[in-house]
Amino acid sequence: MTRGSIAIAGLGMTEMGKVYGRTATDFAAEAIALALDDAGLAMHEVDGLLVHGNLSPEMNANLQLVLGFRDLSVLSTMSAFGSTSATLMQYAEHVIGSAQAEVVVMVYADAPLQQGGSAGAAYAAERRVTGMDSLDHAYGFYGANIGYAMAARRHMELYGTTSEQLGAVAVAQRQWAMRNQRAQMRTPMTIADHQASRWVAEPLHLLDCCLVSNGAVAVVVTSAVRARSLRQPPVYVLGTGQAAPGDSRRTDREPGIHTGAAASGKRAFAAAGVGPGDFDLLELYDCYTYTVLVTIEDYGFCAKGEGGAFVEDGRLGPGGSLPTNTGGGQLSAYYMWGFTPLSEAIVQARGQAGERQVDPHELVLVSGNGGFLNYHGTIVLSRREP
Amino acid sequence: MTDGYGKPLPVPDEGSRPFFDGAAAGRLMLQRCVPCGQWMWPVAPRCIACMSGDIEWAPSAGLGTLYSFSLVHQVYHPGFAEEVPYNVAFVDLDEGVRVTTNVVGVAHQDLRVGLRLQAVFEPIAEGIFLPRFRSVA
Ligand SMILES: [Zn+2]
Repeated sequence: MTRGSIAIAGLGMTEMGKVYGRTATDFAAEAIALALDDAGLAMHEVDGLLVHGNLSPEMNANLQLVLGFRDLSVLSTMSAFGSTSATLMQYAEHVIGSAQAEVVVMVYADAPLQQGGSAGAAYAAERRVTGMDSLDHAYGFYGANIGYAMAARRHMELYGTTSEQLGAVAVAQRQWAMRNQRAQMRTPMTIADHQASRWVAEPLHLLDCCLVSNGAVAVVVTSAVRARSLRQPPVYVLGTGQAAPGDSRRTDREPGIHTGAAASGKRAFAAAGVGPGDFDLLELYDCYTYTVLVTIEDYGFCAKGEGGAFVEDGRLGPGGSLPTNTGGGQLSAYYMWGFTPLSEAIVQARGQAGERQVDPHELVLVSGNGGFLNYHGTIVLSRREP
Repeated sequence: MTDGYGKPLPVPDEGSRPFFDGAAAGRLMLQRCVPCGQWMWPVAPRCIACMSGDIEWAPSAGLGTLYSFSLVHQVYHPGFAEEVPYNVAFVDLDEGVRVTTNVVGVAHQDLRVGLRLQAVFEPIAEGIFLPRFRSVA
């Protein structure tokens, strides 16, 4: 793979958040239309469609037929949970790099929120499980919150990380969200607000947890050469990496403490020829505040265990030395899985972020994370032609 | 004991029968690979270390240490409404496998990572016993 041989040429975002009465398919169609228009491309020029598999039953290869795309040379659904943005991008690198396709659209869409229903109910539908898998609910282990809470508790125990330090991540991101028109949560937040928010699963407060959103994001990727002839400033893909260390419940590993960000980051940094010190800003997957903290450690921005002290001085917020999740992220802006950090990275790299624009914005690190910190993906983006 | 138990019950099936039969008899039965000795939680189709299909059920000593825990405040199921906050825990068994459970008999403020624990078996419904862990000390 030649470094930077592909580039992002289009970005489309629908209204996101508590937007009711629309299906995932409907959101996906709008996001793709917006992304193509953004790039200055017509529908018939698309020859690749990559669907982000998620919890919506509509997000699969049938989307091609529903939307009317014809004569595609690349079509697939990929799903590695929250790391899927990177797996899609890695596949796009290969199919564009090998000339199997030239204009590839990738799309995330979902509509889990129902009017009158709670965010918690959105993904909590009962599955019929039997055997030892049915023990989880018997013990009261539901959803993602409790697993991440246990990872955070373990980190606190091993390294002295505090809830206030997790709160610093939430506060920094809220400060960014206040500068983002698309953000769902734009009221000011302090550490005291974070501490006063109700416990969901100790040691996680409500304000440690991400939002749930309806909506869609689509991204158009093409060859770097083609991208330079299009409407928007190209955002070059310098490198991608994945890692799935595995958690088979063997006690010789601590997947909640040593995550796939370490190996995935190394792979992407090597492909891009960069190191942690080279990045101007970070867009990190933030299902929880803790995810941001542990990802920063595993990428090597600080030593393992020092993430709490690293983030607590406001370093991640506006005016800080390491701007991170500059649109507010999934904690404060919108929850589009890995397309939340990816979308904001594109906006920032292009220099189109308005009052929240980070400068310089040459090199941007994007992460994805899924499962209980089980699946990881990394994308290195650059404004500059390599 | 079983009257008014409103929480979700585990659903024993063919593949997990030895686990639930063991719990009813006061033993923590887990799968173990015959060739390599790897223990497993929960059931696995093959050995998670060597992929051998030669797997047996064997009794764990039921001893372990508290790896981590959460006090859960959110009510995810009405059966837990009267009990919040309740604990959910990971316990590292001496056999080298990390199990999901609840700790019983330890006040919230006394829960500590590293606590030495022993499995106990609580009847929650007719014929169904749930393995939980209490402090050894
Ligand atoms: Zn084995």
